[in-house]
Amino acid sequence: MTTIAAPRNADMADERTRVRRRSVARPLLYGALVLCALLTMLPFVWVLSGSLRGLDEIRSDPGAWLPHHITLDNFIRLFRTEGFGGFLVNSVVVAVIVVAGNIVAASAAGYALAKLDFAGRRIAFGAVMASLMVPFTTVFVTQFVITVDLGLADTLTGIALPGAALPLSVFIMRQYALSVPDELLEAARIDGAGELRVFFRIFLPLAGPAVATITIMSFLYSWNNFIWPLVVAQSTSTYTLPVGLAATSQAAAHVTDYGLMLAGAIVVMLPVLVLFLFLQRYFVQGVAGTGMR
Amino acid sequence: MTATIGPTTPRGARRPRGARRTAVAWLFLAPFTLVFLLYTALPTVAALGFSLTDLRGTDLRHPLAVDFTGLENYLRLLADPSFLRDILNTVLFVAVGVPLTMGLGFALALALNSGIRRLRGVFRTVFFAPVVTNVVAVAMIWQYAFNANGTVNKVLGAIGFAGPNWLDDTHLAMPVVILLGVWRNFGIAMVLFLAGLQAIPQDVYEAASLDGAGRWRQLRHITLPLLMPTTLMVSVLLTVFYLQVFDEPYLLTGGGPLGSTESVALYTYQQFGVGEFGMSSAASFVTLLLVTLVSIVQFRLLRPRA
Repeated sequence: MTTIAAPRNADMADERTRVRRRSVARPLLYGALVLCALLTMLPFVWVLSGSLRGLDEIRSDPGAWLPHHITLDNFIRLFRTEGFGGFLVNSVVVAVIVVAGNIVAASAAGYALAKLDFAGRRIAFGAVMASLMVPFTTVFVTQFVITVDLGLADTLTGIALPGAALPLSVFIMRQYALSVPDELLEAARIDGAGELRVFFRIFLPLAGPAVATITIMSFLYSWNNFIWPLVVAQSTSTYTLPVGLAATSQAAAHVTDYGLMLAGAIVVMLPVLVLFLFLQRYFVQGVAGTGMR
Repeated sequence: MTATIGPTTPRGARRPRGARRTAVAWLFLAPFTLVFLLYTALPTVAALGFSLTDLRGTDLRHPLAVDFTGLENYLRLLADPSFLRDILNTVLFVAVGVPLTMGLGFALALALNSGIRRLRGVFRTVFFAPVVTNVVAVAMIWQYAFNANGTVNKVLGAIGFAGPNWLDDTHLAMPVVILLGVWRNFGIAMVLFLAGLQAIPQDVYEAASLDGAGRWRQLRHITLPLLMPTTLMVSVLLTVFYLQVFDEPYLLTGGGPLGSTESVALYTYQQFGVGEFGMSSAASFVTLLLVTLVSIVQFRLLRPRA
């Protein structure tokens, strides 16, 4: 919070204490930040070191911090475990449906909410905001009944569908669309372009950053979603990675096979963490987007 | 979809809400509206309906043939000691988890916004990483770290403490569950606070330090008041989040030991699991009620007084 530029009319004594205080505060601040960062990283360190240790080693010395011998045995066993490759494929399929759905539904809805003047706009926007607030536990029983009635129980489509038009995505796109100048769209309309043409030719090419944020956020939602796939998936053939991992780990926990569990944890975590490292901006924007009311 | 590209009559910048315009707009909204009606609106109304019936999993094929039982489910809930315990657990999770998450997020946001340059991006990445991390995976790591012979107890042992079996202890399991919640979510609070801090114009601080206000007074009299909208938003967001806490207790402890970490959401899920759909819906409406109440109260309390 210190102002970098010292006030001009501050007297010299004041200036000197200020500088001295800052030179003490800065290393302290860095020290605290580094400590917090290390504590935050601990689980990642544990999972990496644990997954690289052999089964005997984990059993004989479960709490050790670093592996004595590094081995990929856990990962090999993991992919030999029946169905695990299938869980991975299922997760990818569900994520593709969810992301595609969100791009289409949210681009169109967000654009309409921000840029079109029509009867029912306030109601539609209210619906978006309200559905951000409705607890999952309130709706999941009926969602399940509907999924059964649609014949989608125990299918990947049934898992993907409720997340295919997330209110957060609509909200992100609407906020972005508000920043696009009306003049651009109006000019195209005066040139005789219809609404669909204005949307596809003028608006969408400008909406790249919002589409990217929506893609990231809906992928994140789908990849990490746990409770809904847990409800819908009834056979191992439709398990997504988190559900499969939870089931695998419950089985593995009985024989305290932590190596297998931690290797599974790595496989689930890694794709998102790698994406996050490269596309951090969009993740942060997506989360901060919820706050831009 | 094809009929809408047609000749448009030239109009001024402000155009009337024609029926055609409205139709086109709703066409744009159709995919979202469909999913919203099917998976949010209808289920919310239906859940209220279900909560007033004795619907069970076995009645699924004929949901309209069930009996209307009025408020019986709600009365059963209030008479169920385990439900009351779960409400207390959930409130505890919120009451401890929200301030911890916000405090940590705020402190880190302040630190990262204090003019430091070096490693700033690295710190932000590290602190936000838990937010994107899969909860099933993290819960597994937590189990590995907090079991009786786990990594945490190894550290405690090294400094001379005999570590307990954390997740099997009725008093210690909840703190571990809360810790997981805080670890997963403080990055969200940090990012939102950071955005709020950066929106405060720098010249306000310059003016204050010209007037001789120290850093502490600047924090109290400038940063905190100007940050109020962000604080309100973060607290509502986290409270609404935490009132629905499910993943952490389900994955770490399954609600145990002896129900000491069982949340309302977990109760709801278990009632669903045993086919008591009516009871499950009633319990979920208690969550909805709590969420609504808390939002209203927080908006009232924290709204800046004009």
